[in-house]
Amino acid sequence: MASTYNEKGTPSSATLSVRALHKSFGVLPVLKGIDLHVQRSEMVFVLGPSGSGKSTMLRCCNLLEEPDSGAILIEGDKLTGPGVDLNKMRQRIGMVFQSFNLYPHLSALGNVTLALRRVLKMPREQAESEAIAALTKVGLSNRAGHFPSQLSGGQQQRVAIARALALKPTVMLFDEPTSALDPELVGDVLDVMRDVKEQGMTMLVVSHEMKFARDAADRVVFMDGGVIVEQGPPEQIFGAPTQERTRTFLSRFHG
Amino acid sequence: MQMDMFLDQFLNQAVLVKYTPLILKGAGVTVLLSVLIVLTGLTLGAGLACLRAYRIKAFSFAIVIFADVLRALPPLVLILLAFFGLPNIGVVLSSFTVLFLVLSLVLAAFAEEIVWAGITATPKGQWEAARSTGLTFTQALCYVVLPQAVRMVIPPLTNRAIAITKMTALGMVIGVPDILGQATTAQSFSANASPLTLAAIAYVVIFLPLVIASRWLEQRFTQKGS
Repeated sequence: MASTYNEKGTPSSATLSVRALHKSFGVLPVLKGIDLHVQRSEMVFVLGPSGSGKSTMLRCCNLLEEPDSGAILIEGDKLTGPGVDLNKMRQRIGMVFQSFNLYPHLSALGNVTLALRRVLKMPREQAESEAIAALTKVGLSNRAGHFPSQLSGGQQQRVAIARALALKPTVMLFDEPTSALDPELVGDVLDVMRDVKEQGMTMLVVSHEMKFARDAADRVVFMDGGVIVEQGPPEQIFGAPTQERTRTFLSRFHG
Repeated sequence: MQMDMFLDQFLNQAVLVKYTPLILKGAGVTVLLSVLIVLTGLTLGAGLACLRAYRIKAFSFAIVIFADVLRALPPLVLILLAFFGLPNIGVVLSSFTVLFLVLSLVLAAFAEEIVWAGITATPKGQWEAARSTGLTFTQALCYVVLPQAVRMVIPPLTNRAIAITKMTALGMVIGVPDILGQATTAQSFSANASPLTLAAIAYVVIFLPLVIASRWLEQRFTQKGS
């Protein structure tokens, strides 16, 4: 497996570790042995053609997809195995979806407070003040009472980020967070992601926002055919990729 | 001449006055039964749909059999079976209880199927978002999926609830003193159809507002979309 390994620190000190991850859908292998370590406060961008397995890999990181084999570790704690409280572990992993997945029957505030109240068992007032704090971080505290249907796509996605952020996760996963947005709304969401990163969040991002990856990512991972083909700092991946497959993929974006 | 006969038969003033109190008493029974059936049937049906969401094979199988059999059988058959059959094995239930139980179960069967359809129609992303924040399956079901599912199916649910509660009129065959039960009794005593006219009026007074309310609900929830 060709991969230039650019690692700060040892794998065991990583905030998020993906080890020897394999996953098939029926007879179709999607992930063929993924090893990836994301360090504290690092933003890792995952690029790759559709069908490369990047979303599946991301969804395995909080077990929305169950891996066939391999391990996921958060600060050294395994996500799978006997005696693991998956619901507890998931509190440490925030997830942002391509289609936002806000709860349509709840206000922005209700979307953010639900897990605070039901998972962290916070009393209502505390949950609401935490939620307002999270909504303030994404610049939407003035929309707390709005329902998802009353918000633009970009605002919905920012509420979704606040919903994940409010639980104070150790790591956040972003699954194509801007793919469903109108172009003029993408910037606001990326700005929020940049803020989140600047506050020290560990982030694993699957996205096609090349320019943003180049500007903001600490490391870029290129996946194809269920393996990591190449990884390194953005300058290296975008400037001087060593693998032919990476070059071919990127050339389509440079035009 | 013909008009006089018609009025005498269907709108005989003396008969109408005489039996109005009886029909009102029957209306009380019909309303009480309807409320009990709607509450029990919808709660039980939603509960079964939730149970089915856990996809435990034995439970799901039992629920599907229950729902399919009760939806296939004419309620009158069940009412007669329960009322005339159960005493032979030592279970004696009042006609009121039989009618309440049978129609509650029938409504539960329909409600289960309708709410289940709502649960399966709720996007997978809603489950995923809920679970990704650490909510348990049960919490995701109760706080995220079920509220959306129920909103989605309110129109068919209200229609079905109205259709089933109207079947309280079937109680007449086992002697439930509801609207129709009282009216048929009065009709045979008076040899006049006017009590039946009263019954018809009573049903319209009770159910027309419900039908109008259900139309209002339907519009409200289809406008809102998602």
